[in-house]
Amino acid sequence: MSTAPSAADSRPPAAGGPDSEPAPPVWTRKHLLGLEDLSREEILAVLDTAESFSEISNRSRKKVPALQGRIVFNLFFENSTRTRTSFSLAAKRLSADVQDFSAQVSSLSKGETFIDTAKNIEAMGCDLMVVRHPTPGAPHLLSQHVSSSIINAGDGAHEHPTQGLLDLMTIRRAKGNVEGLTVALLGDIAHSRVARSNIWGLLKLGAKVILCGPPTLVPKAMERLGCEVAYRLEDVLPRCDVINVLRIQFERQQGGLFPSVGEYSQFYMMTQERVRKAKPDLLILAPGPINRGVELTPEVADGKHSAILNQVSNGLAVRMAVLYLLSGKMDAAPPVD
Amino acid sequence: MPTIQITGGRIIDPSQELDQIADLWIVDGRIADGPAAAADVVVDARGLIVAPGLIDVHVHLREPGQEDDETIATGAASALAGGVTSVACMPNTLPPIDTQATAEFVVLQGRRARQANVYPVGCVSKGRKGEELAGLGQLVAGGAVAFTDDGSPVSNAGLMRRALEYSKMFDLVIMQHCQVMELTVGGVMNEGFESMRLGLGGMPAAAEDIMVARDIRLAEITGGRLHIQHISTARAVELVREGKRRGIRVTAEACPHHFSLTDDRLRTFDSNFKMNPPLRTAEDVAAVIEGLKDGAIEILCTDHAPHAREKKMRELDQAPFGIVGLETLLPITVTHLIEPGHLSWIEALRKLTINAARLINIPKGTLKPGADADVTIIDPTTTWTVDPAQFRSKSRNTPYAGWEVRGRAHTVLVDGEIRHTLGGIVREVRSGGSPA
Repeated sequence: MSTAPSAADSRPPAAGGPDSEPAPPVWTRKHLLGLEDLSREEILAVLDTAESFSEISNRSRKKVPALQGRIVFNLFFENSTRTRTSFSLAAKRLSADVQDFSAQVSSLSKGETFIDTAKNIEAMGCDLMVVRHPTPGAPHLLSQHVSSSIINAGDGAHEHPTQGLLDLMTIRRAKGNVEGLTVALLGDIAHSRVARSNIWGLLKLGAKVILCGPPTLVPKAMERLGCEVAYRLEDVLPRCDVINVLRIQFERQQGGLFPSVGEYSQFYMMTQERVRKAKPDLLILAPGPINRGVELTPEVADGKHSAILNQVSNGLAVRMAVLYLLSGKMDAAPPVD
Repeated sequence: MPTIQITGGRIIDPSQELDQIADLWIVDGRIADGPAAAADVVVDARGLIVAPGLIDVHVHLREPGQEDDETIATGAASALAGGVTSVACMPNTLPPIDTQATAEFVVLQGRRARQANVYPVGCVSKGRKGEELAGLGQLVAGGAVAFTDDGSPVSNAGLMRRALEYSKMFDLVIMQHCQVMELTVGGVMNEGFESMRLGLGGMPAAAEDIMVARDIRLAEITGGRLHIQHISTARAVELVREGKRRGIRVTAEACPHHFSLTDDRLRTFDSNFKMNPPLRTAEDVAAVIEGLKDGAIEILCTDHAPHAREKKMRELDQAPFGIVGLETLLPITVTHLIEPGHLSWIEALRKLTINAARLINIPKGTLKPGADADVTIIDPTTTWTVDPAQFRSKSRNTPYAGWEVRGRAHTVLVDGEIRHTLGGIVREVRSGGSPA
């Protein structure tokens, strides 16, 4: 496969010619539990496959038969709108059957364990489980007890690998490459699964990562991952090619981790004034849902530097790629007209 | 009772500073002063270590109230399989052991089981609520050998002070689970790089250190006996060492998991690595080992915490804290303390026998003539693989499954009666029986 991480050359692995040994497939994993486990090549394989799928959204008939006959279950033990919708849509575009499971109306309320719930779902003939859970490691636990492929759609503060991948795709598409870029993650790093997946993915692809926010939300220990930790946004702005603005959860303030939302915004909200202090081609990401007037001003959220809606589109392509690869599809993605 | 001759073994008895190849005679359930006329049973202990029965001052037997995890009988049987002849069981049962009647229940169930000796530890506070002193005197009358609210700390400094003062009346120790609860809310593992990496709630080492410091000071002003349970941090070890230097009556215990495992094990998200205090860093492990070497920590124990499989098969934040330990105490001690040269056999056994006996004021942990014949015969060189399915405990929650370890309890006697043996070395002489 091509390892040149550019949008222009981003085809999925292809078999060798008639006289050559076919290259071993880059992607052989059964589960996607996090980006920490993935190699650079595996990450690029997903991104390249996602590029192939990204065009499907532009077709009049937005469907390919790649996962016909497969059943995808969304097991969401935590509220989610966009991730669940994105996965559902991705699965449907690959012609899979999709079934949603919601913890609120499940037997969990009758005392059934998380694992038993999953086993029962599997007994109905599930091929892929998309799992969101408030506990770190819950998808890992599930992967030891069921034979379906597990996709981690966010486990507590641990990882959110498809979000990390779609962020990488967005950066790569905008900048042509990830390697050598300086990317700041801004806000609540300590409690953010998006931050962790971003950190692993960005570092593996050769970016410099700066973590910026108040000390109560940006643990110094994260320097050991190979990141820079900074508390003053103004100090890092001029160096950044990309800023990923993480959502502030208001319960953190109630937990005493910062004095008030107002004070947080005073120091860390991305404003037009702050954007002007950064590079002219600064790219601003936000995993959403965003709090306008807290993490970003509306002008910045909707401005020319913002790639927030591109992230949503790329999320669909990334999730199609992940579903496709985990379902054992080692061959090239279907050609795009 | 049969007269037993344990022949040719290496007798190691720290209470007498004894380490020699000799025969040990048991008459009428007690250690005899020299050879008896004739033996009814001969135990061939050549190549084996003959030690006082091991004592574990920190186990959870779950009865009354959580018999699906363990009972006094199964826990005491698990103890024997691990070479432990006496256990002190924690009072965090349902109901808690905070009255004479509940203490007597534990004693009675222990006697009925006829496995290891079972000694109840009573609550410090009524209902383990941490509000007012339990009836310590009544607990002593019921058989309690120490006091603790283990499972949680005595958070209230005033109550802890009074407990240390009042318990002097019985010269019994207050065992403290040291944890500042306000610093560990939502924590499931050690707070540090690993918890940050995994996105799991952390329990900072300082939460243990601060309470250790507080309680040592309280022991100092009261003159009471303080025992730090399951010590796990470098700073806490240093605080105990310093307290001892200043003549304060403070002792400490360490568990195998805190000198053999580190918090990076949680990367597997396996709840068998979830315990409280949590697994700490390599620096903490090194400090615990150093404390065991220099005497800051004078007791080895397990914090045996059985949980039924369905309870541990949960998401990490919902799974309970704790692991079983009685059947892995000895091999992990051998493999991680004795074999690497941190402790000699006599030093390790001191922490497992006479020091433990003295802590809880029981007449055990010695092979002196006239003592109860609680004896553990150890095969020091055998290599075996830990298989939880073979445990005598009702529960299987161990982090050591599949580990290859060295050293094992071969034959165990309680009050002169062989209650556990792997077979092959016991020969009945008078009845002409075949080897067991």
